Amino acid sequence: MTEHIVVLIPLTFLLAALLAPLFGAWRDRAAYWVVLAATFVVACLSLYGLWHVAIEGAVRYTMGGWPSSVGIEYVLDPLSAFFCAVISVIAFVVLVHARKVTPRELPGKEIPYYSVVGLLLAGLSGIVVTGDIFNLFVFLEISSMSSYALVAMGDKRAPVAAFRYLILGTVGASFYLIGVAFLLFETGTLNMADMGRALPLMLDDPNVILGLALILLGLGIKMALFPLHGWLPDAYTYTASPSSALIAPMGTKIAAYGVIRIAFFVFSADYVSRQLPYADLIAWLSAAGIIFGSIMAIAQKELKRLLAYSSVAQIGYIGLGIGLANPLGLIGALLHVLNHALMKSLLFLVAANLRAKVGHSDITKLDASLRKKMPWSMFGFTIGALSMIGIPPTAGFFSTWYLALGAIDKGAWVFVAVLVVSSLLNAVYFFRVIEKIYLRSPDAVDKVEEDEQAPRRLLGTAEVGWSMLAPVLVLAVAIFVAGFLNAWIVETFLRGMVPL
Amino acid sequence: MTTYTTIVPLLAVLVSLAAVPLILLSDRKPNLREFWTIAAGVVKFALVISLVPQVAAGNQPTFSLLDISPGLELALRVDPLGLVFGLIASGLWIFTSFYTIGYMRGNNEKKQTRFFASFAVCLSATIGIAFSANLLTFLIFFEILTIATYPLVIHKESKEAIAGGRKYLVYTLTAGNLLIAATAWTYSLAGGLDFVPGGLLTGVTMSPTSAAILFLLFLGGVGVKAGIMPIHSWLPTAMVAPTPVSALLHAVAVVKSGVFGVIRVVGFIFGPQTMANFGLNEILIVVAGTTILLASLLALSHTNLKRRLAYSTVSQLSYIVLGAALLTPAGFTGSVFHIVSHATLKITLFFCAGAIYVHMHKEDIRELNGIGTQMPWTMGAFTVAAMGLAGVPPLDGFLSKFYLGLGTLEGGHTAALIVLLTSGVLNIAYFFPIIYRAFFRPYEGKKEYGEATPFMVVPLVSTATLSLLFGIYPNLFFGFYDLAVTVSRSIMGI
Amino acid sequence: MIELFQQYYAYWFIVLAMLLGLYGILFKRNLVKQLIGLNMFQVAVILFYVATAVKPDGDVPVIDPEVGAVAAAYMNPLLHTLMLTAIVVSVGTMGVAFALIITIYRRYGTLDEVELLERMK
Repeated sequence: MTEHIVVLIPLTFLLAALLAPLFGAWRDRAAYWVVLAATFVVACLSLYGLWHVAIEGAVRYTMGGWPSSVGIEYVLDPLSAFFCAVISVIAFVVLVHARKVTPRELPGKEIPYYSVVGLLLAGLSGIVVTGDIFNLFVFLEISSMSSYALVAMGDKRAPVAAFRYLILGTVGASFYLIGVAFLLFETGTLNMADMGRALPLMLDDPNVILGLALILLGLGIKMALFPLHGWLPDAYTYTASPSSALIAPMGTKIAAYGVIRIAFFVFSADYVSRQLPYADLIAWLSAAGIIFGSIMAIAQKELKRLLAYSSVAQIGYIGLGIGLANPLGLIGALLHVLNHALMKSLLFLVAANLRAKVGHSDITKLDASLRKKMPWSMFGFTIGALSMIGIPPTAGFFSTWYLALGAIDKGAWVFVAVLVVSSLLNAVYFFRVIEKIYLRSPDAVDKVEEDEQAPRRLLGTAEVGWSMLAPVLVLAVAIFVAGFLNAWIVETFLRGMVPL
Repeated sequence: MTTYTTIVPLLAVLVSLAAVPLILLSDRKPNLREFWTIAAGVVKFALVISLVPQVAAGNQPTFSLLDISPGLELALRVDPLGLVFGLIASGLWIFTSFYTIGYMRGNNEKKQTRFFASFAVCLSATIGIAFSANLLTFLIFFEILTIATYPLVIHKESKEAIAGGRKYLVYTLTAGNLLIAATAWTYSLAGGLDFVPGGLLTGVTMSPTSAAILFLLFLGGVGVKAGIMPIHSWLPTAMVAPTPVSALLHAVAVVKSGVFGVIRVVGFIFGPQTMANFGLNEILIVVAGTTILLASLLALSHTNLKRRLAYSTVSQLSYIVLGAALLTPAGFTGSVFHIVSHATLKITLFFCAGAIYVHMHKEDIRELNGIGTQMPWTMGAFTVAAMGLAGVPPLDGFLSKFYLGLGTLEGGHTAALIVLLTSGVLNIAYFFPIIYRAFFRPYEGKKEYGEATPFMVVPLVSTATLSLLFGIYPNLFFGFYDLAVTVSRSIMGI
Repeated sequence: MIELFQQYYAYWFIVLAMLLGLYGILFKRNLVKQLIGLNMFQVAVILFYVATAVKPDGDVPVIDPEVGAVAAAYMNPLLHTLMLTAIVVSVGTMGVAFALIITIYRRYGTLDEVELLERMK
C-alpha cells in the first residue's frame, strides 16, 4: 500500500484540479472545499510518507508496472518526502486562509482560481516525486503554467508581470530541455538513478559538462537566482494575496529542489564543486543575490514588493547552501527551505490581512493604529520578521547557523560576512516596518482607537476573522517550534538525505 | 566539582517568562499586574538562592533541555560566576519592581503593561545568560535580551526615543551577528562550545592572526553590551528609556551580561594561557583602560544627571573588563566582585536620579541646588553610592577596586594601576559637585516637596545599605566574595 | 571547417533558429513578436531532439519483419515521443501567453512594451 503514496500525492492534486470546476458548477464554495480536502489528504500522506521514508528508506513506484529503464519511475526518498511535506502543509495553511480572501480579491474567479491552485500543487509535488528527468520538465511546466495563470489573476498590472514571467520561465524550461537532451544522448536513459550510475564513466565528456550547465541555467531562471531574478518582484507584487502567499514560499524553492536533485544526486557534490566551478558560481551568484535583494528590499515602499525582493535574497540563502556543497551547507539550505516557507507564507498572509482590513499594504501609510486594530496579525508579522533577521530561537537563526558553519568549514569567509551583513540589512527593512506599525503615531482621525478603555477582545473576530488569523498564528508558533526542534529535524530527516 | 541534574535553573529562567501572559491578561488591573511581577521576582530570587548552598559546596546544578543543534545542547549550568550574576540580577529585580511601581504611577506613564511584560522577558533572558552552560545557549539568551530590551528603550515613543531605539538596535544586532560568526568559528575550531574554566580553546592550534580576528569578533559581540569604547555610544542614547530601565538594565542586566560575556570569553573560551600566548590581553587592557579614562572625562562634560551616570557606567564596566584582562587571580576576583558592587551602587544612583525626576521633574545637575534638604534620604543614598563608586572604604566599591589594583600589581601592569587611580580621582570629580550642590547650596524652589513615595525611597535606601553591608561583610548572605575567589581559582587553575 | 558544417548542418540551422528566437525575445518591443521569438526557440529545441533521432538509413520505428528488431535500422522513437509531450507543453504555454496578451491589450490598448510601461504608471 505504501508505495502508492508516491503516485497518490500528485494525483490527488490533479484530481482536485479536475473536480474543482465540476463541483464549482454545483455550488460555488464546493470548489474551495474540494481543493482544501485534497490538500489535507496529501498533507497527511506526505507526513506519513516522510516518517515512513525516514525509517524504512526510499519508496519506488513504477508507473504502469513498466521497469524503470523503459517506463517512468516515481520515487519518494527522504529529500522528496521532505519537499512534499513542506509543499502540502504550507499549501493547506495558506488555503485555510484563502477562504475569505479569495472572494474579496478575486470576485467571480474563485472556481478557476482553485482549479489552477490544484494544478499548481500537482505540478510542484510531481516535480518532487518523479524519478525521471524528462518527466520533471513536464511537471515543471505544469506548475509554471499554473503560476503564470495565478499571477495573471491579480491587480491591473498583473497580466504584464505574468507575461514577462512566462517568457523568462519558458526560456528557462527550454534551456533545461536542451540540457536533458545532452545527458540523454550520452547516457541513453532518462531515469535519474540510472543516469547517476552511468554518468561517472563520462564526466569529462564536453556534452555532459554542457548539458549540466544548461540544466542549471534553466533551473536558475526558475529559481530566480541572481541575476536571473528579473521576473520575480513584479510577479509577486501584482498578483492577488492568496496567490503570492502560495507561490512565494514554494515556487522558487522547487527549482532549488531540481538543482539539488540533479547536482548532488544525479551528479555528485564532488563533481559540481571540485571538477567543475558550477557550485562556486552558484554560491557567488547567491551571495550577490542576498546582498542585492536585501538592498532592493530596503528601497521598497510596498509591503508585498518588499517581501518579493526579500524572496530574491532568501533564495540566495538556499543557493548559497547548495553552492557550498558540503554537508552543513546543504543542511542549512534544506532547513532554510522549510524555515523560509514558514516565514514567507506568514509574512505574505499578514500582507493579505492588511489589505483586507485597511485596504492597502503601503508601508509609508502604516501607523500605530494597527497595533490596536490587528494586534495578532502584527504580532505574527513581528515573529516572522525576527525570524527573517535570524534572532534565536526562531527558525531563521538556525538556517543561518548551519550555513555559517558550512561556510566556515569551507574556509569561505566572504560568505560568513555576507550572512552577517544580510541579517543586518534584513533588520533594517523589517524594523522600518515594525517601527511604523508600533510607534508611528496615527493621524488624528484614528486617535479614537487609542482610547485605552475601549473594550478589546483578546482574540479574534474584531480583527480579520478566524480563518485569516489562525493560519498566521499557527505559522508564528511553527517558527518557534521549527527553531527548537531543528536538531531533531536535522537528525531525523535531513541527515538522511544529504548525499555527502 | 561535580555536576548534578536539577530543574531549578530552568524554573529560575522560566518563572518570569511565565509571568508575561499573566501580566498581559491583567492589563486592566494594575494592582494584580504588579502583583504578578513581584511574585515572579520573589519566586525567581528564591529559586536562585536555593542553588547557593550547592554551588558553595562545589557542586554545579545542570539542566539540559534538548539538542538545539546536532551535538549542541540547550543547557543550563550554574557555576559560581553564573550564580553571582544570577543572584545580582534576580535580587535587584525585586527592588526595581517596587521602585518601578512608584516611578510608573508617579509619572503616569502609558503602556505600563507592555513595560512590565518586556521587563519580565528581559529578566528571563538575563538569568538564562547567567546560567548558560555553553556559548550557543548564551548566544540565544543574549539575542532574546537584545530584542526584549527594545520595547523598553522606545517606551516613551517620542522621536528621541525612537532614534535611540534605532541606534540601540544597530549596535546590538550587529554585535549579535558578530557573536554568531565567532560562535560558529569556535565550534569549528574546538568541536564544542561548552564553557570550560581555563579556556575551551586552550590547546587548539590557531595562527596568531586568526586568534586575533576571532577575539575581535567576540569582543565586538559582547563588547557592545559591555559598553567598551568605541562601541559604547548606544548606552548614553538609550538613557531616553524610563529610569527603572536605566537602573536595572543599563546598570545591571544588559550591560552586565556584556561584561559577563567578556569574562566568559576571556576565562572560559580563550583561557588565560591562550590570551597571554597571543597577546590578546594587551588589546583588552588598552581598550578597557582607554574606556575608563575617556568615559570618566565625558561624564564630567555632561550636566544631565542620567547621562553623567551613563558615562560613569561605561567607565565602571571597563573596570570589570580590565580586571579580566589582567589574567591574574586578584584581577579576576576583583572583576567578579565589581559586578556585585557596581550593580548595587549604580542601581542606587539611578534610583535616586529617577526619584528626583519623578518627584521634582529635574534632570539637570545645575538644578539640584539644595535638594539634599528636601530629599535627605534620597540624596543620602546617592552620596553613599557615589562614595562607593569612587572607592571609599568601607563600601563594596572599595573592595573590588582594591582587588583590581592588586591584580595590576600581580600582572605588572603599572599603566593599568595609574589608570585606576586617575579614574578614582575623576570619579570624585564628577560626583562631588552633585553632592556639594545638593547639600551645601541653598534650595531655590518655593514649594516644600519632601521625599518621594516610599515605593521609591525604600528600594534606593535598601540598595545603598546593601552596598555598605557588602563592603563590610563581603560574604554576607550569599558569600559573594568566596564565589568570586572560586571563579578566579577555577579560571587560573589554582 | 566546411566538413564540420556539412556533417552537422542540421544543428547549425537549429542553433540559428534558437538565436533568432532569442533575438526576438530580447530585442522586440511588441509582445506578440516576443512570443513568436519564444515559439521559435521552443521549436528549435524540439527540432534538436528530433534531429538527433535520425540515423543514417534508419527507417520509421515500426518493426519491419524483414529487418527484425535491430535497433540500428530504425530511428530512435523515444525522442519523438518525448517531443510529442514537449509540443503539448509548448502549446499549453502558447495558450496561456495568448490569453495574457488578449487581457493586456484589452486593459491597455497596446502591445508595445515601451508604450505599455508608460500606460502602466
